[in-house]
Amino acid sequence: MTDPAIDHVDAFRASLEAAGVTHETVALGEATAAIERAVEEPTVGVPVHVDASLPASVDTEFSPSDLHAATTGVTPARLGVAALGSLLVPSGEHGDELVALYPERHVAVLAASDVVPDLDAATDWLQSEVDAGRDSYVFATGVSATADMGALVEGVHGPTNVHVVLVDDREATSGDDTTNA
Amino acid sequence: MSSESRRETAAKIRALLDTEGPNIEAQARDLNAGRVEATEAFAEYEALRSDARRIKEDAIERIPELVDTVREAVEARGGHVYLAEDAADANRYVQSVCEDVDAETLVKSKSMTTEELEVNDALVEAGVDPYETDLGEFVVQLADESPSHLVGPAMHRSREDIAALLNDHFDPDEPFESADEMTAFVRDYLGDRIREADVGMTGANFVAADSGTMALVTNEGNARKCAATPPVHVAVAGVEKLIPSVSDLEPFVALLSKAATGQAISQYVSVLSPPVDTPIPDFDGDEFRPADDRAFHLVLVDNGRMAMREDDDLRETLYCVRCGACSNSCANFQQVGGHAFGGETYTGGIATGWEAGVHGQDAAGEFNDLCTGCTRCVNACPVKIDIPWINTVVRDRINRGDDPGRFDALVDGLVPDEEPAGLDLQKRFFGNVHTVARVGSALAPVSNWLAASAPARAAMERVLGVDRRRDLPQFARESFVDWFDDRGGARVPEPGAARSAVVYPDTYTNYVSPERGKAAVRALEALDVHVRVPAVPGSGRAPLSQGMIATARSNAEHVHDALAPHLDAGRDVVVVEPSDLAMFASDYERLLPADAHERLADSSYEICEYVYGRLSNDADPGSLAALDGDVAYHSHCQQRTLDLEAHTVAVLETCGATVRTSDVECCGMAGSFGYKEQYYDLSVDVGAPLADDFATADRVVASGTSCADQLESLLDARAPHPIELIAP
Ligand code: SF4
Repeated sequence: MTDPAIDHVDAFRASLEAAGVTHETVALGEATAAIERAVEEPTVGVPVHVDASLPASVDTEFSPSDLHAATTGVTPARLGVAALGSLLVPSGEHGDELVALYPERHVAVLAASDVVPDLDAATDWLQSEVDAGRDSYVFATGVSATADMGALVEGVHGPTNVHVVLVDDREATSGDDTTNA
Repeated sequence: MSSESRRETAAKIRALLDTEGPNIEAQARDLNAGRVEATEAFAEYEALRSDARRIKEDAIERIPELVDTVREAVEARGGHVYLAEDAADANRYVQSVCEDVDAETLVKSKSMTTEELEVNDALVEAGVDPYETDLGEFVVQLADESPSHLVGPAMHRSREDIAALLNDHFDPDEPFESADEMTAFVRDYLGDRIREADVGMTGANFVAADSGTMALVTNEGNARKCAATPPVHVAVAGVEKLIPSVSDLEPFVALLSKAATGQAISQYVSVLSPPVDTPIPDFDGDEFRPADDRAFHLVLVDNGRMAMREDDDLRETLYCVRCGACSNSCANFQQVGGHAFGGETYTGGIATGWEAGVHGQDAAGEFNDLCTGCTRCVNACPVKIDIPWINTVVRDRINRGDDPGRFDALVDGLVPDEEPAGLDLQKRFFGNVHTVARVGSALAPVSNWLAASAPARAAMERVLGVDRRRDLPQFARESFVDWFDDRGGARVPEPGAARSAVVYPDTYTNYVSPERGKAAVRALEALDVHVRVPAVPGSGRAPLSQGMIATARSNAEHVHDALAPHLDAGRDVVVVEPSDLAMFASDYERLLPADAHERLADSSYEICEYVYGRLSNDADPGSLAALDGDVAYHSHCQQRTLDLEAHTVAVLETCGATVRTSDVECCGMAGSFGYKEQYYDLSVDVGAPLADDFATADRVVASGTSCADQLESLLDARAPHPIELIAP
């Protein structure tokens, strides 16, 4: 995994803001609480990629109708791309793709050490995943949008708002709260 | 084209200028500005364009091998690959997939390739209801129209138009008005369709052969839903979408959205290796079915592409990533949109290549003349396709395919071209403008009086389609070459001169506007340049613009023969008319042997570029005219493509002028285009914003002859070449 220089994480946060995505950076021990703060119920979710459990309010045994009714979906993001503010969301067996797509709010949980500088680095990583047989992801940047109805409208087939819980798993810098809501 | 069909074309264009044009213009210009901003700020842009081009060249070369590779990869994952020979074959396969699962409905994400195949009609025929889920495509489907733009299918419709359409179709309690209301309604409506659909169909922007991984680029998220929700996923892609592997994706992902919309990246770039592992949500039964139940079919479409691959001129079309940048950057497209500037499926400049390749030459013939060869799209294209050349080639083929026998008695033998007898008379006239000008100048002023007479104008309009609202060029009694001889030739002797140059006497400078040439000679001599003005034939620009490639090639050879001794003697070639310089610098690459083209290209300079060069080498600006006050300067499309606008601005400023340029890049005239009866209105519409911009300027100068003609007629004031201001 890329050694995350601190400026990548700063750049990533700036790119998220430019893309209209809110975020909060927390220490690992705070992750569960931060997710809890971020969701609007009803919430469905899938296991995240940091060593933290999902809060009890997140339904992980959901049915398609729960998915349809959910206001928030919680998923892992496997990478963050600093230059673009893109999240790489897996499209795998737990149904991450659906959880990140159907509810109007998407909360993505990302380890700060998984922030890479740019698309080039992300594609390299993706190629190695594909080689290893883990091979379906989506780069999601900002919120779903269209200009097809004669003016720009946010929230079409995908979420209207996106929030990132950035879990600071790097040493010596933890708990700097940079919520922008 | 008969005089009647010219009038029909004019009427159609006039109608679109009033209806769809304004909607297209606002959006296309916006997207174009976005592209310019995004790409200028992007340091790796040029390097990535080269990478993208290289990957495409290699991939198209290797299509047969990549098809085998992707088949293996997809089948290993439990999916199916079908290579469809043509549209009927592809549609039959899709129908059979739907029949196998007793499909009632199918949801689609946006795909131009399925438009090309007319899959929706085939589905309806098989009893399957297709729903377009991209909002723009949905609008076009409801309205039973074809897309007006590669990226924004409903770009021709205003918000009000769309509201009227939806209100009419769905008859809501409260009529829709805002874009928000409409989007919310359609999202819910299509959300229901997606959840209940039996089959999801997507296109694919790229398919990585070695893993069967496809990239889907969207902003709305509908492609993701169409791929992940229904139990059957059918992806339809042209064979040209294959690239070797996922690591080749990077330049395309980095370029596509910037070129298309100016976004750094689109909202969703799915990189999926179907069938995907996402469990299948069965909303009816309210349970998730295992992902293993999901069927996946990749339908790879030939439909003419393998033949395009063998065609040295059309092959480049296959590199196209359908970003729409060529349309957005095109002045004519901005005014009329894809319903005039487009064929059965595809729109904009590159549509000529696609339509000729997949639907046949006739499909391209309808709109191909709307490409004026201005080259503004060339630098916009993320994969560096020479779109004007594809248009020229197809125009040439259409010329040759025309019904022979018409008019031959009238023209054959009268015109010195290399074209078939049946060539459209209007094209033949404008293509042979050099001869017209030579004869006209020899007979001036009688030729001018004659040409201006009302009966002559009526006949020219009827027979040649020269619009009678245009002022015709006035032929000069003494040509530029004759003037130079009469004055006794060069005034700066060659030995001891700082440089030695030939001023190329292009058709207009020579026969219509010798003042431009005389000013060039005066300026160069003032800068200690030994100047010669030999008789050199027309560059071939005029015939090339009419698709008369053989004539253009023979012109190029003659020009080269006439200039070669001067190049041998170490003389530079200085060109006043930017479109002729572009011939030497770019188009001759296609018309002359490589070394001949390179030598001429390397020795050729635009006149103000040359003056700029002399001034940078310590020549005294004081020997040129001293200017003060404002000058409004309009460069030339091809001059901008060659990156030569700045030189003229700098020279004018060095001489003391305050220079203003316009954001409006195109004057609308484009050589002979604006003279043609069927395009007169369009040409004036394109030029109007430029004229507005310059309406209050004291002095307007323009580098191109046709730009000057257009500005002069719209502003009712003379628009000389900048060299005429600069020359002492
Ligand atoms: S030809 Fe080039 S600019 Fe035009 S749509 Fe294709 S890729 Fe884009």
